[in-house]
Amino acid sequence: MDAMTDTTAFDADPVEFYGTRVGSRLLLGTAQYPSPAILAEAIRGSGAEIVTVSLRRESGVAKPGQPLAGQSFWQLIRDLGVKVLPNTAGCKTVKEAVTTAEMARELFGTPWVKLEVIGEDDTLQPDVFGLVEAARILSRDGFQVFPYTTEDLIVAEKLLSAGCEVLMPWGAPIGSGRGLNNPYGLRSLRAHFPRVPLVVDAGLGLPSHAAAAMEMGYDAVLLNTAVAKAGDPVRMARAFARAIEAGRDAVIADPMEVRDMAAPSTPVMGRAVFGE
Amino acid sequence: MKIIVNGETAEIRAGTLAELLSELGYADAIVATAVNGAMVRAVRRDATPIATGDRVEILAPMQGG
Repeated sequence: MDAMTDTTAFDADPVEFYGTRVGSRLLLGTAQYPSPAILAEAIRGSGAEIVTVSLRRESGVAKPGQPLAGQSFWQLIRDLGVKVLPNTAGCKTVKEAVTTAEMARELFGTPWVKLEVIGEDDTLQPDVFGLVEAARILSRDGFQVFPYTTEDLIVAEKLLSAGCEVLMPWGAPIGSGRGLNNPYGLRSLRAHFPRVPLVVDAGLGLPSHAAAAMEMGYDAVLLNTAVAKAGDPVRMARAFARAIEAGRDAVIADPMEVRDMAAPSTPVMGRAVFGE
Repeated sequence: MKIIVNGETAEIRAGTLAELLSELGYADAIVATAVNGAMVRAVRRDATPIATGDRVEILAPMQGG
């Protein structure tokens, strides 16, 4: 299509993960919502095209005519028509994470995996050594790995050489709602890897946190608790979606420079003079 | 015989993983399986024997962040 006649050219601003283009820069978790209906409405209302899911032991007892919890959840997600990003949440060893990823690939039919190798319970901080090792094994095996990592530059480099083409540094500990704990580190990660898709994952509490991440030049934001645990998750999902769009637009619009002294915005020339 | 299914002891009659899934009512469910810590693909379930003391994991899609 001719760019001059393409009226959508201004607004279309897709982001690409492993060759897959998506229009929304909000990746939404599916856990902890008050009800399946509210989860579905939050996803729809936010426009999120990628949602995270997990694998857990099927807890119910199978009875004829009564779908198991996991099965009805999966039906709900499929009906929404969104892409799924399965996680390895809670895995603490390389072996656990790799086996979980393999099972997720078969179950969800996608090579995508949000790779988590958790090193510590209080902060749910990634075990970056295990993360790099698991990322190497999975990438070699054909997975497209979205590693949940810290903002550490050297770890980022090692993840990229392990085969990752996306990085997902934390904003703050999972579920903490603290926002961007280390803006300097996140900014420097962005500056070091200008062409790698970067997603701030975890720790955000408010839409302004998401806008700040996008204003730093991050490509997308992944969140769950901030939406699911809000009083009105549907409205909060929409608020995040708008903040993410606003932050993204701000980057493209090229913000003004910050200065120390005031500079009048109203023209000084032609000002009336009274009482001289 | 006694095996461990999803962390709990179960008394079962099944001889294969596929038969175990039927016995537990998961025949038509979308699940992923592992035996003794190693994943078993769906196409291999018929050919995977279950023995006393085996640890079987049956995992389903769940909500996640």
